[in-house]
Amino acid sequence: MIKPLRWVKQGLAIWRKDLQIEFRTRYTYSALVMFAVTTLVTVSFAIGGFTADVEITAALLWIILFFSAMAGLARTFVAEEETGTVTALKMAAQPEPVYLGKYLFNVTILCSLALLVVPLFIMLLNISIVLPLAFCAVVLLGTLGLAGASTILAAIVSKAGAKNSLLTVLAFPVLLPLLITAISATRAALGGGLAAEVRSHLLTLFFYNGVAVVASLLLFEYVWNE
Amino acid sequence: MLNQVAVKNLSKFYQQRKLFTDVSLTVPDQSVLVVLGPNGAGKTTFLRILCGLTPATAGKVEITINGQILTPEERRAQLGLVTPELELYGELTAVENLEFFARVRELPFSRQQARELLEFVGLKGRGHDFVHTYSSGMKQRLKYAYALLHQPHILILDEPTTNLDEAGVALVDSVIRRQRERGIVIMATNEPEEVAYGDQTFTLG
Repeated sequence: MIKPLRWVKQGLAIWRKDLQIEFRTRYTYSALVMFAVTTLVTVSFAIGGFTADVEITAALLWIILFFSAMAGLARTFVAEEETGTVTALKMAAQPEPVYLGKYLFNVTILCSLALLVVPLFIMLLNISIVLPLAFCAVVLLGTLGLAGASTILAAIVSKAGAKNSLLTVLAFPVLLPLLITAISATRAALGGGLAAEVRSHLLTLFFYNGVAVVASLLLFEYVWNE
Repeated sequence: MLNQVAVKNLSKFYQQRKLFTDVSLTVPDQSVLVVLGPNGAGKTTFLRILCGLTPATAGKVEITINGQILTPEERRAQLGLVTPELELYGELTAVENLEFFARVRELPFSRQQARELLEFVGLKGRGHDFVHTYSSGMKQRLKYAYALLHQPHILILDEPTTNLDEAGVALVDSVIRRQRERGIVIMATNEPEEVAYGDQTFTLG
């Protein structure tokens, strides 16, 4: 079997194992959901009965998703290091499938979080979406990008002392281009921007995802074996 | 030699602290190497370097199977490790742990094989219990099932009888004897009974 196919097969096994553990402990998902819902409710109370400007709502959505992701995603690697299972995993799996498995797990967690938070966000903040399909595409690509870059950063952070708190600091400069693009694209989708503008933002998000995953796959071996 | 582990001029420093320098030895097929040394001499680090888990400061480890020197990727299929620092997933059952590692190693693995392996390590009837409910001795037995799952040619054991009762020590005895017939055992210990298994010994520190 060719190498990438073997990576995917082994990566799926790691993804399945992480999901199985998550269903039993609900550690990561609880942390993410609690943070997201608390922030969302606070924002909706702060805004009150007013309808916020699209510039503000677009930024608020990505602030909630970014900090929610930071609240839980570091756990994927930190748990392996803290419980000592990392040695067993290193002895059995190549580094690349480990990255793929953890990336798929983070994608699953973040997408399910987005499925819960985004409708709530629209409802509580009384938002109308002019370009719904473009909005969905932005949320999907933005979420994938968050997961892609956060996964390798979580692996780096798991080797350090401060762990969870360090992820936000490390991730911010790496995720800034993604966040700025996602906010601009969301603003355009909510406010009815030009189709060409939305398309160009979506392309940027698409390529950010590609670069994040490919660069992570290339670098992960050095992080994992450190 | 068709099958052997060759350690060549291996050195390990932690910053300025010397752990060991210029270690060279060869472990031939169907033999047991016992690594001795006081606490802090670097026995565990030495075993971790053999497994590729820790980089050496200088020197190298060559693992030859069927006349071919293995790449780091190929080594994973030929090495089995039991060490106190290695843990299995507490939120999974023993069977689920074995199934997971079999999937990652792309081994055909059935529930029947899992049952047989667990019976061999003395965990018959406990395969569907969560690992976090196991005693430390049972966890140690499960580590043997994990290490033997892919029938490795080289078995690396760090303090092999840690937490084990008399029956557990007998299990380790049968594992070492079986492994010596089909491959190589490298173990770090200071227990006189375990030192007796060694066809050769090497003292660190």
